[in-house]
Formats: sequence, structure tokens, C-alpha cells
Amino acid sequence: MLKQTEGSHAIAESVALCRPEVICAYPITPQTHIVEGLGEMVKSGELKDCEFINVESEFAALSVAIGASAAGARTYTATASQGLLFMAEAVYNAAGLGLPIVMTIGNRAIGAPINIWNDHTDSMSMRDAGWIQLYAETNQEAADLHIQAFRLAEDLSMPVMVCVDGFILTHAYERIDVPTQAQVDAYLPRFEPRQVLDPKEPVSIGAMVGPEAFMEVRYLAHHKQMRALELIPRLSQEFQNVFGRDSGGLIRSYRAEDAKTIVVALGSVNGTIKDVIDELRDEGCAIGLATIVSFRPFPSDELHEVLSHAKRLVVIEKSLAVGIGGIVSHNLRMALSGISLHAYTVVAGLGGRAITKASLRSLFERALRDELEPLTFLDLNQAAVNRELEREQAQRRSGPSAENILRDLAGGGRSAL
Amino acid sequence: MEMQQIKFYQTGTFTVGNRLLDETQRSVQANLQRTNSLNSGHRACQGCGEALGARYAIDAAMRAANNQVIACNATGCLEVFSTPYPETSWQIPWIHSLFGNAAAVATGVMAAMKVKGRNDVRVIAQGGDGGTTDIGFGCLSGMFERNDDVLYICYDNQAYMNTGVQRSSATPPAARTATTLPLGPEPGAVFGQGKNVPEIAMAHGIPYVATASVAYLRDLEEKVSRAMTARGARYIHILVPCPLGWGAAPHDTIKLARLAVETGLFPLFEAEHGEVTHSTPIRHRLPVEEYLKPQKRFAHLFGKQPAVDTIARIQAQADRNIRKYRLIDERRHG
Repeated sequence: MLKQTEGSHAIAESVALCRPEVICAYPITPQTHIVEGLGEMVKSGELKDCEFINVESEFAALSVAIGASAAGARTYTATASQGLLFMAEAVYNAAGLGLPIVMTIGNRAIGAPINIWNDHTDSMSMRDAGWIQLYAETNQEAADLHIQAFRLAEDLSMPVMVCVDGFILTHAYERIDVPTQAQVDAYLPRFEPRQVLDPKEPVSIGAMVGPEAFMEVRYLAHHKQMRALELIPRLSQEFQNVFGRDSGGLIRSYRAEDAKTIVVALGSVNGTIKDVIDELRDEGCAIGLATIVSFRPFPSDELHEVLSHAKRLVVIEKSLAVGIGGIVSHNLRMALSGISLHAYTVVAGLGGRAITKASLRSLFERALRDELEPLTFLDLNQAAVNRELEREQAQRRSGPSAENILRDLAGGGRSAL
Repeated sequence: MEMQQIKFYQTGTFTVGNRLLDETQRSVQANLQRTNSLNSGHRACQGCGEALGARYAIDAAMRAANNQVIACNATGCLEVFSTPYPETSWQIPWIHSLFGNAAAVATGVMAAMKVKGRNDVRVIAQGGDGGTTDIGFGCLSGMFERNDDVLYICYDNQAYMNTGVQRSSATPPAARTATTLPLGPEPGAVFGQGKNVPEIAMAHGIPYVATASVAYLRDLEEKVSRAMTARGARYIHILVPCPLGWGAAPHDTIKLARLAVETGLFPLFEAEHGEVTHSTPIRHRLPVEEYLKPQKRFAHLFGKQPAVDTIARIQAQADRNIRKYRLIDERRHG
């Protein structure tokens, strides 16, 4: 059914249609509306046979989810930013135990400095924790990916993160096609756990494993993700058959077939990028886009194919690997074997800085002329940075940088841009 | 349960042989049909109090719950010595997740059982003092305040034994650990620190809180059984001597566990909804030296010049416990 709704609420409705049995909630902006929505549905009786638990921290949220999933319940939680870091130990544990928990990340920056706005630093920090990571481009896709995520998680017995850009998606009202219960039931079978805590058949889960078997257990996790490379496109195709919509998959390309310059990005920024590509295409530039939906497992082969004829690669990253640059770019190198091209890493939109069409257009134009540095910080106020560096040079006790820069900007430093 | 009046045929002992009791009142451990939930063959040290405590408690819980028990374990000695595969000692469904989240994992298991209509399955979370009073404290308090239907059992050996005897918030004053060495003006763990988790549990107003000791098997089993009759969050704190960490002989585990109680340093009591409902009287009150002396972790108190002031401060703690929990039966001793 088509409706005008908030992204978070669409996700909540979508998750509810998956018949979750245990939901753990802890508030953190910008994911809060999702669990609020689910809480309301449980309280009103709209979502039946579901335990909704308000916990005392994100660490507890995922720990409760671990217990519930190990006891055979379909389990969901959501978090963001500091919350994801606070539960980090449990993030690795859920994956190590092979528990098919689905968790939404309302992508948000990591402090300090504290910042509630969108970037991908949070989920990127957990990219190697053993979870599948799917990134939504639109709210429709965010809603759809959750349905696919439960199927994927349970097929593989492996947890899945659905990453949704905070505010840009979570708080945006859009037209969403919310599926029917019958459609979801047709797509998502009952949860049959591979391992379960049951007094009838006692098992020990989470035992100490020594050097004789640890490598094998870790390898199996990798093997499962390699299987996911085949499963994700298949589930996306099945989804299309049931719901009549193209959502998910490993990657999506846009006007990339004959493109000499290819942009790669994750999440909601792809919409803006497509608009800019359309403009540049109208002007005769051979530029296209590859959108990564599945960052874990990383679709190296699919990206290799899209990039094989390109001369230039521009990676737009909403996260910064401090001291080296881009995370996505680095991962992409695995897909570039045998391809000779100019690769540019662009760190953009950190802490919610708007990634505008104008900025992207000017960036792509510079890329097309090969005038970009290997690592670019889009719309960085270099003058403000330089003034802080000068203050640090001038006196030992220059004070906290974040506060200095804010004071500087408030005092009219902005005009120096 | 109604208690059976029995006659003592032996003098000078408080031990009641099971053969004197009615079948239904014999200890769980005395029954050949007991579940041996934590089976033999595990890798605990000789004389491990925690291994005893866990077997006593879980077997009693199994009997009370008609064998429908799932256990969630914190990281620690108990987890390590019981599970190096393929030699798991657990005869019950058992999960270990992390050091600090056993209470939360148990909440999750409980929620799953509830949603599946399996109210007959009871959930136990368990850990050592480190996993309970320190790193797992947030999750423990959360489970308490939500009044989740979980029995949490803390096996308290008063330090981080698994990592080589470091101080926890359950380490008693003056005790030597690897991080509270007997050096300086106040040797060992300092006075005025640490927390009393049974009392903190009571402050949550949960249905049942009890302390127990591996030296008092029947008392321990009775408390576990009583805890299993209640629903909601329950907490049992069991003192389990650690020969390695305490510097004591393995054959003295039960003796030390008893001395901790008889000196008043470890009061045995029960509380319901935040109020003490019962305390176990001390039958032979003993000075704290009796308990401290056999333990190398307190050896620095008994050197050439005994630390009489420190010992007096420990005695004062015992005296305070005795007053507070009314551990001396006034009718008998007054």
C-alpha cells in the first residue's frame, strides 16, 4: 500500500511484517523513531507474539538479542553511532556465534567531537565484525532491505546490519509502498534455527575454542559471506517476483556501461550523484555510477566488471580512515586487479555536512580533467583549518581544537572561506 | 516446606546425615538420580569452590524446575574450566556470550521462552564476582530493575581468579591480590572500598535475594529451590573459596567457607522485595583470625608483628554484620 510516511516508520512497519519475536530497544538518535514505532505496535496489539524490551544500554540491547536468538526467536534491534561502538564486543560475539539477528544502523558520525548527524563512520567501524552489511539508497529500499535481511540472516545463520543514512533517510517523509502481510509471509518462511537452547536437546554454545579449531570457525564465517555473494542477488530477484520492485542486490550501476569515469558510493548520496551524472551526460561526458549495496560481503567481481573499461574512478566516502584516507577505496583495490585507471578518493559529508549537487559537479569536472588529488576532502574549510594550525603554532596551550574552530567561525572566520 | 524434627544421634556436630531424614527432605546432592548438570571431568583446580557451588546450585535448580533449565554463563573460571571442547561438562542447554552480559543474555533467553509459551523453562544466569559485581553490573542492574524472570547466581571467590588473582569490587579489605600487593602503609586491598551486591540487589526491590555458602549445602539447596518458586528477578550470592587465589589448601575449601560464616564475615540471609526475611544464626561464633590465618592472602597480617589494628578492623566488620543481620540467636546466647 502506498503511503506518505517517515523513513523510520516505514522501516518499523516493514520489520513488524517480518513477525519479529523479540525486539530490544535503547534510544539513540537518529534510530529512535524506529524502535518507538515498533514499541507502539507491540503495545497496541498490532504486532502480536512479540516481546519488546527496554534495556539499559546498547551493550545490553545486543546481548538480549543474542540470548533471544540463541533460544530460537526471530530477533531485531536498532542503533547508531556511539551505540554501535558501545555494543562492539557483542557485535563481534553475535557474528562469532552465528546468530541471525537483524539490526538497523541509523548511520551517524562518531565523536569526539559529539555530532548527531549523518556519515558512515559508525557502521564502517564494524565492517569486519562478521555481519553482512547492506546500505540503503532510499527509504523504499531501506524498508525492503529489512525483509530481505531476515531471509538472508536466517538462511546463512549470520547477523545482518541494514545501514540507513541518519536523518537524510530516517527522518525524511517519502512515498513508500508498504507491502502486505501476505506478501511478506510468502517471501519469509518461519525461522528454523540452526542451533537452539532447548532443554529437550541440551547443547553448549559459546565454548572455549583453542588453536586447533579457531581458524576453521573463522574461515567458515568467511565462507558463509562468500555464499552470500550468490544468495543476495537471488533473494533480490525473488523479492522482485513477490513484491514487483527492484531492491537490494550486491551493486547497482547507473549509466556506467560506456562510462570512462565511474563514481562509486554507498547510501543516500547516490540520488544526488545520479542527478549530477545526468547533467554531465547531457553535456556529453562519459560518466556513470556504481552503487555498492552490499559492503559485506564485498562484491569484488561485480565491481571489477563494471569498472573494467573505466579510465577513472571517483570514490565518494562518508567516512575517514584517519591516517590513510578512504575505507571504501581500499576495499575497492581488491576489485581493480588488472585494471589500469586513475583512482580518486573523496571524503565527503562527515558529521552531516551537506553533499550538494554544486560541490559534486565541480568535483566531477575536476576529476574529468584529472586535476584531483588522490585524496580530497570535499568542501573542507581549509582556511579555518589553517587558522587553527596557526594558533597551535603560536602557543603551547592553544586549547581544544573543536571549540577553537567553532569560536573562529562564529567570529566571522566563515568569510575567509 | 515443612521441616522435619529429628534427633541427633551424634554429639558435637551439626551435621545431619541424610539417612535420618525423610526421603523428600534429603539433599539433592545425596540423590543418585541428581542431574549432575555440571558433570565430572572438567578442568577446575583441586578444591575449587566455584565448581562445587555451581553443581549444587544448578542441580537444585534442575530439580525445582523439573529439569527445564537453560543457563547463561559469563566469561570466567567457570566458563573456561567447564567447556574446552569436546569436553563440555554441561548436561543442560548452556550459552556463554561475553564477560559482562550474562544477565542480559538471560533476559533474551527468557523473552524467547515467554514468546514461545514455554513458561515451564526457567533461565539462570551465572558468573563470578568480576562478571557480576564489576563488568557485568550494568546488565545485572538492568535485569533487576525490569524484574525479568531470571535467577542470577554469583559465585564469589573475591577476585579475578581466571586472569591470575586481581582485585575485584568483591575483594575484602587487607586481602592480597596481584593488584593489591601487601606493600606500603596499608598492605593488601584497602578498607572502605568494594560493594555489597546482595544489598544492592535488595535495593532494586526484587522478589528474592539470598546469600549462601558451599559449606552449607542444605541451606544453599533450600535457597535455590525457594528462588525457583518465585517469578521475576532473583539473586543468589554464593561464597566459593578459591584455593589458588586465597592461598589455601584444597582440602580446606569447605572449612574456610564455613569459617567465613561462623566469624560473621559472610552473613547468610534471605530477603524478599527488599526486606530481610531470614538470617542463618551463627552456632559457634569464632574470631576472624580463625578464618584469616589459614589463607596466604592474609599472611602479611600475621608476621613477626601481627597487624592487630587491621585484624581489629576486620573483626569490627564481622561484629557489624552480626548486629545488622542478627546472626546470633539472642534466646540461645543472650
